[in-house]
Amino acid sequence: MRYGMAIDTKKCVGCSDCVVACQTENNIPHGYARDWISETVSGTYPELTLEIRSERCNHCDNTPCVRTCPTGASHVIEGGIVKVTHEECIGCGACVESCPYDARYFHPDGYVDKCTFCDHRVKNGQDPACVSVCPTYCMYFGDLDDPNSEVSKKIATRKTKVLAPEAGTKPQIFYLI
Amino acid sequence: MKTTRRDFIKITSMGAGGLAAGASPFVNWSIDFLNEDQIVPDDSKLKRVPTYCEVCFWKCAAWAYVNDEGKIVKLIGHENDQNSNGRLCPRGTGGLGMLEDENRLTKPLIREGEPGSQRFREASWDEAFDFIVKKMNKIEEKYGKESMALFFHGTTGPHFEYLWEAYGSDTMAEPAIAQCLVPREVGFKATFGKGLSSPEPTDIRNTRCLVLIGNHIGENMHNGHVQEMSQAIDNGATIITVDPRFSTAASKSKYWLPIRPSTDLALLLAWMHVIIKEELYDKEYVEKYTYGFDLLKNHVKSFTPEWAYTKTDIEPEIIRRTAREMAGAAPAVIIHPGRHTVWYGDDTQRTRAIAILNALLGSYGRKGGFYFPEKKRLAKYPHPEFEEPKWTWKTITKDKYKLTPLGATNVLIDHSLPENKSEYKIKGWFVAATNILVSIPDAEKTKRAIQNLDLLVAIDTMPAEITGYADVVLPEAVYLERYDFIRAAQHRKPHIALRMPVVEPKGDSKPGWWIARELGIRLGLEKYYPWKNIEEVLDWQLKKEGTSLAEMKKTGIKYFDKEDYLFIPDGADWEFNTPSGKIELFSNLLAADGYPGLPKFTEHKQNPQGFYRLIYGRVPMHTFGRTVNNPYLNTLRSQNHVWINPKVAKDWGIENGQKIWLENQDGVISTFAVEVRVTERINSNAVYLPHGFGSTGKKLSRAYGRGASDSEMITNVKIDPETGATGMRENFVTFLLENPHKEKQEV
Repeated sequence: MRYGMAIDTKKCVGCSDCVVACQTENNIPHGYARDWISETVSGTYPELTLEIRSERCNHCDNTPCVRTCPTGASHVIEGGIVKVTHEECIGCGACVESCPYDARYFHPDGYVDKCTFCDHRVKNGQDPACVSVCPTYCMYFGDLDDPNSEVSKKIATRKTKVLAPEAGTKPQIFYLI
Repeated sequence: MKTTRRDFIKITSMGAGGLAAGASPFVNWSIDFLNEDQIVPDDSKLKRVPTYCEVCFWKCAAWAYVNDEGKIVKLIGHENDQNSNGRLCPRGTGGLGMLEDENRLTKPLIREGEPGSQRFREASWDEAFDFIVKKMNKIEEKYGKESMALFFHGTTGPHFEYLWEAYGSDTMAEPAIAQCLVPREVGFKATFGKGLSSPEPTDIRNTRCLVLIGNHIGENMHNGHVQEMSQAIDNGATIITVDPRFSTAASKSKYWLPIRPSTDLALLLAWMHVIIKEELYDKEYVEKYTYGFDLLKNHVKSFTPEWAYTKTDIEPEIIRRTAREMAGAAPAVIIHPGRHTVWYGDDTQRTRAIAILNALLGSYGRKGGFYFPEKKRLAKYPHPEFEEPKWTWKTITKDKYKLTPLGATNVLIDHSLPENKSEYKIKGWFVAATNILVSIPDAEKTKRAIQNLDLLVAIDTMPAEITGYADVVLPEAVYLERYDFIRAAQHRKPHIALRMPVVEPKGDSKPGWWIARELGIRLGLEKYYPWKNIEEVLDWQLKKEGTSLAEMKKTGIKYFDKEDYLFIPDGADWEFNTPSGKIELFSNLLAADGYPGLPKFTEHKQNPQGFYRLIYGRVPMHTFGRTVNNPYLNTLRSQNHVWINPKVAKDWGIENGQKIWLENQDGVISTFAVEVRVTERINSNAVYLPHGFGSTGKKLSRAYGRGASDSEMITNVKIDPETGATGMRENFVTFLLENPHKEKQEV
């Protein structure tokens, strides 16, 4: 079992519904977010391309955030989901600095917070909130170890990329390009 | 270098580097998956209450999830709803912010200061109603009931439309008509005998070719259309986008045609020329269902792609190739009609051309083209006959703009001005759930009209610009706190949706139906309100349809049997509601009233030296200016940026992120500065400014002064002669790098 996501940049319109759905699902205070939208424009008018990506913690296989955590608050659970135990976090920020994706933020209550792949939903057989709400159906979540899962099939049949591969973190979110 | 995590939207140029982490063994997973601390309750512990969204006009049906403290924790699309397919857009998901917003109106207010001063005192509902009734009686005595005008939007509208009918005035209009979709409605009515209405019945999910003309699906979050465009992409459909801006949709397109602004009709005529000349049209369909083909053929003979190139800057070969691409997909092709179609003052003509092109390709009434929508018509609760007004919106509109099916807000404003010498004078306004100082171009003119009124009442949830000018402000409960009429929107299958209160109204705010009814009773119209509350009306209506309010509270949605065809059955005879009974390529309806029966190309002004055409549009997380203050949506986008091409920015020495002011061709200067986004995505003749920002409503703590208002810059209005619609895209702006307001103060 290895959870991961495929996100289709050919369909994403950058509406940010994933951001709001995460906020309401996980009760994130106003002004903070666990996921966000990035846009990359290349070329000159009128020869242009635009790539829009919904980004979040990549739930990496190789996790600098967990390694740098002095208290063990940052850890990895079943399915490769990277989590933070809020009570054990001292807010030192080492993980925030070590993450190449800027995926972690300081919660106003004094701990570091980040995407959980909505593990509370996943254990009930639901998709993460961002995936379930997306009006463009551009996100796929599932078991990367299962070749028959929708997410595995998307990754197998489409051209993909990951973010900051040079960081060596082995991210588990794949962008379909 | 880290960007701030508060920027939820990150715009980068190519190349995103990351910190390199040292090589290290992989971390083992601990097995505490099911034992994690989790503060979020799972869905099975929450109660669901049905509603439908009011954050935009798409009105998606949804469930409000309520915890055991009675608090709404989230809003999720209704799984059986055709408008949302169980998925709300960001605004719907963030609809909680409409409820939570601490700037909401929660008390009736009576103005103390000058108009626009925003100095009010709180009042009781009785006092507010007494004030209004006294003023209305005076207006009626002096000018007649018809002098009371109603402007409205959304589901609040019908409660006040009913009040107006009961009162005896049909002086009504909504900005959604003459400031938005009326040219398209008339263009399609003239061609196919029927307008399109909402949601537009485009079969996008089954199309093989989608053509978008200035229509930025994905930036406008017309939910169903966004979803279906995504399905079309999955199915490998071709998208062709015509836009001077590299829109999100353009980035998803096989062909992006970066057209010279204002020349769309030339391109449409050239497409028709190619399709007819190369005999690519649907011959059987055209022969069987259309009228006026030979007239059209003759009309477009001279509109060659080479001719169109001189107008549009689109290469003739691209015009031919895209025409062939559309024809190759036909009849599963959609030249999308758009929605906000008030551009250059020849908008009925342009949307007619879009309709005709669809007819030539045989896409209307065909799978992958346009389907025939169906809606459930609910019985009207019985009421005594309404009194016939002596004059109506038609009296003052139809003499000039013969084809508009509904009132034009701008015409009603003209009749409120002091210089209006006609016998039809408007002296009182009710403005319900629309911010007409922003939605109607030329706010200064609207303000002059307001100065000439004897009464202005605003009904709203938020202290928008217009409420500052009202004599009385009536606070409406937000959609999650109220009943409204049943949503019986058109779609592939007829279905209805219920909105019911999920939580109690905040403060003294009240549902629109209650406000209208209470006022009606105080105006002596008791006989029109035999019911005590709207639940009686809804239950009566629902029981007529084999259901009940109690049942709908559980299901939220109910489907009905389909009675009509979704598409024209193969080869079937079909009658269209036009003078000839056929699809009119030549429009008898238009010609009879002296308008061109075939689409007429008009040259429009191009940008003067040093000025750039102002193109405005939507951002996906906001609905006009109505949501910028929403605490959820504001964090996604709190201000707009003016998009400027790098070449233009270089000429001006303007840098990305710099704050500048805009001045239009009439010397109007933006109240606030706006940040520049230097981007290749806009051409060098134009700038792009997302709509709805730069609010001057001081009581909107998160929206006030954030960015520049495109509406302020729209003072040159080109009226569409068929409909009276206000074309807004012939405005040009230049840049002011120093604060012009500061200079004025110093002098």
